[in-house]
Amino acid sequence: MIPSDVAPSMAPAAARDALILNDCSIQVATVNGSGSQTANLVLIRSIFQMGVPVSGKNLFPSNIAGLPTWYTIRANARGFIGRKKEIDVLVAMNPETARDDVLALPPGAVTLCDESLGVHDLRDDLVTYVVPFDALVASIAPDARLRRLVRNMVYDGVLSTLLGIERDEMRRALERQLGRKPRALELNLRALDAGAEFAQASLVKRDPYGIRRMDATAGKILIEGNAAAALGCLMAGVTVVAWYPITPSSSLCETLIDYLETYRRDASTGKATYAVVQAEDEIAALGMVIGAGWAGARAMTSTSGPGISLMAEFTGLGYYAEVPAVIFDVQRVGPSTGLPTRTAQGDIASAAGLSHGDARHPLLLPHSVEECYAFAIRAFDLAERLQTPVFVLSDLDLGMNTWMADPFPYPEVPQDRGKVLTRDDLARLDGWGRYKDVDGDGIARRTRPLDGLPPTFTRGSGHNEMGGYSEKPDDYVRNVDRLSRKFETARGLVPAPEVDTVEGAALGIIAFGTSHWGVAESRDQLARERGIATSYLRLRAYPFADAVEAFIAAHARVYVVEQNRDGQLFGLMRAELDPALTARLRSVRHYNGLPLDARTVTDVILSHEEPR
Amino acid sequence: MGTPSSTPGGKTNRLGLAIQTYRGSKTTLCAGCGHNAISERIVDAFFEMGVEPAQVAKFSGIGCSSKSPAYFLAGSHGFNAVHGRMPSIATGALLANRRLLGIGVSGDGDTGAIGIGQFVHLMRRNVPLIYIIEDNGCYGLTKGQLSPTADLGSVLKNGVVSDLPPLDTCTLAIELGASFVARSFSGDKKQLLAILKAAISHRGTCLIDVLSPCVTFNDHEGSTRSYAYVKDHDEPVGDVSFVPFFDDITVEYDAGTTAEVRMHDGSRLLLHKLAADYEPTDRAQSLALLRDYATRGEFATGILYIDPAAPSFVDLLGLVDDPLADLPQARTRPGREVLETIMASLR
Repeated sequence: MIPSDVAPSMAPAAARDALILNDCSIQVATVNGSGSQTANLVLIRSIFQMGVPVSGKNLFPSNIAGLPTWYTIRANARGFIGRKKEIDVLVAMNPETARDDVLALPPGAVTLCDESLGVHDLRDDLVTYVVPFDALVASIAPDARLRRLVRNMVYDGVLSTLLGIERDEMRRALERQLGRKPRALELNLRALDAGAEFAQASLVKRDPYGIRRMDATAGKILIEGNAAAALGCLMAGVTVVAWYPITPSSSLCETLIDYLETYRRDASTGKATYAVVQAEDEIAALGMVIGAGWAGARAMTSTSGPGISLMAEFTGLGYYAEVPAVIFDVQRVGPSTGLPTRTAQGDIASAAGLSHGDARHPLLLPHSVEECYAFAIRAFDLAERLQTPVFVLSDLDLGMNTWMADPFPYPEVPQDRGKVLTRDDLARLDGWGRYKDVDGDGIARRTRPLDGLPPTFTRGSGHNEMGGYSEKPDDYVRNVDRLSRKFETARGLVPAPEVDTVEGAALGIIAFGTSHWGVAESRDQLARERGIATSYLRLRAYPFADAVEAFIAAHARVYVVEQNRDGQLFGLMRAELDPALTARLRSVRHYNGLPLDARTVTDVILSHEEPR
Repeated sequence: MGTPSSTPGGKTNRLGLAIQTYRGSKTTLCAGCGHNAISERIVDAFFEMGVEPAQVAKFSGIGCSSKSPAYFLAGSHGFNAVHGRMPSIATGALLANRRLLGIGVSGDGDTGAIGIGQFVHLMRRNVPLIYIIEDNGCYGLTKGQLSPTADLGSVLKNGVVSDLPPLDTCTLAIELGASFVARSFSGDKKQLLAILKAAISHRGTCLIDVLSPCVTFNDHEGSTRSYAYVKDHDEPVGDVSFVPFFDDITVEYDAGTTAEVRMHDGSRLLLHKLAADYEPTDRAQSLALLRDYATRGEFATGILYIDPAAPSFVDLLGLVDDPLADLPQARTRPGREVLETIMASLR
């Protein structure tokens, strides 16, 4: 299809004749605080509206305004929307980084830049389009401040013409963004047109990339993982939220607060069916969650690495005193402050055993916004069923970036409030004890204040199965052994791995969370480029399901792919699984703060499989 | 003017319950520990006020003081949490079930040192909790180190001298927004009982700092927390009389020297002025009074500040009347149309 507004001079080379359709990465390099977000969202949304699978990743600094930021869009007809290692199209808007940005491009890449940046003749192996941004905005916005804000919309216009992104879809996306600000909308529309018309009149297409309408996004939604998790909490029926602001998790609770205020007011009185507390720190946040869970509420908090470190003591209390709690960890790069605005999967080892002493916690590992939503709901059920803290480990890439998804299904399963003692139980059981395992699954029945049943004195110190204080060696051992039994029960309750076994494949890959997107594409690269077939197990929870050992046993070598330096999942597997099997494991680690890309996975696997 | 509803042993209270119902397990603290006397007063206060034990939730941190919730109100749920973090546990539980009557017991180390952050923020929020500090100026369970409430120059049994200024939890609590702030002495049965009963009637944070000598590590010459020293320097600023809402009695008093405060539940608090500048409903005056007494080396005891009308955290959050913990799925899981609306907005 030829976009109707492509001038004849561009038409022959535009989308119709593009060699590479619906498969490119676009990187926009700007300064944060410059208003580029609107232009970038319009870009991703218009591609999405054209039915092309797309993702947008914001690579931003830990800063409010004035530092470099990059927005990367990946469009791919086959649904490979993880980060692409190579940039195909660079929009260089930031004078600070333009030189480095251009020098880092692979040969043949496209650059869109202002002549004033002085980078247009830096390399002769690129396709460079020079755009007079200043002149174009000057013609539409007399006010210098406004010029700065609409400058970014000009590159959307140029890209619309160059790549064949339908300008009507850009207009629609822009109206959606700025519909309530008519003046801003009008100015931006003019900037969009100015960019598009300039490209039609003055640029000759010399690059191979194009976006063409297809039908892979019909009915889908665009949402960030944190918002999806917030929706899950809303639908799970959360009643107490305690949190402390921290990047990249803040938007989870902030979005949840918006939803709660809108949808969780009592119909007749207008009063809140929830309590939200912005706590003084992450320690207090988890303390409130545990206090609320103890009293019978569905309570959650969300945080990131530094908060997880602070929550260690309370997590141990939740585990040992057996109190439900839901903790979202939107992982970022550690240790310490680390890279607060970059992504990682570096908390899996610490979260799995968070606390001093012996402790194990169920971890749910969503790879998509759909799972952020579904696992949020499931986490509350599991926490109450297992009477223990349950972690949902997301990451910055999933939590803060925009992802496509099918609309989320309404939860059909009723809330599971777990084993709460009833009057019938009390009559039936031969003496109720708070920590007595009458069912053999390690989970005892609990009572809650004001439920009219026997009181519980809950403590983080040693206790016997009746809940009484005890320092007796036998009582301690009996209790922690029961907790191990409970963890075995958890093994059968947490989400099972997703396994794709390819017949005849000698190689297997294990990954979790957002590593999935790089792995899925890497498997395609290995198969197409090298004829190497791979099976794949996507881990969705800890403790490990039995299927993990079976998967390893079925393959000669299994690559464990994760986004941390130390191979934390690899280490957990070696510690917990059959040593005869774990000898088959190889570790693939990516830890530079950028989302994992397929090429990195492919290269590491090939370095083992095809050593030079 | 005494406490009108003292009940002799063997009787039952307005619920028909005997005082035994309000006791806990046998104390494991040292014989003569001030904390045991406080536990006894708590038992008396809840018994005399006729509070259903099941309605009470007990909270504590770590330390000698924090063991004591096991020694009163066996019929109440209790949560002995981690060191210095009782406030957050209590906050969560009391938000989850607004019908609970919360009582937290902490120590001067549990509150003034490791727990000062959570203490500060609980006070700011005016969480409806009776927060008792059993204040002996030292760490008992770890065998006698100094705590942040130890007075400058006070000497520990092992000869260590406190060389930093003390932290005054009552001053802090008033500054921060607690709506009921009192100080008492574990050895003053009458005053402590009256304060506790008033606290049970109050809706908001009740900070009660109870000077409670440690007989093992801090009860000697040179200590400002010994029984002898506290007794000599205990200066009640006002005499506390409490008339519970269910006692239909008339108490006559001189309005010039006694302030009447009407409590949330209809009880009446009569505060008879002993210090000339005692104005317990005036925050600035209360702070000045505390500072004056401290400068003279005296412990100002009694109800130091009270604002029965201050909104509690539960009021502030506008929670539904039913406990959040009890809300059925129908009230906490929005309907299909809500999810559909949200999904449509994301297309």
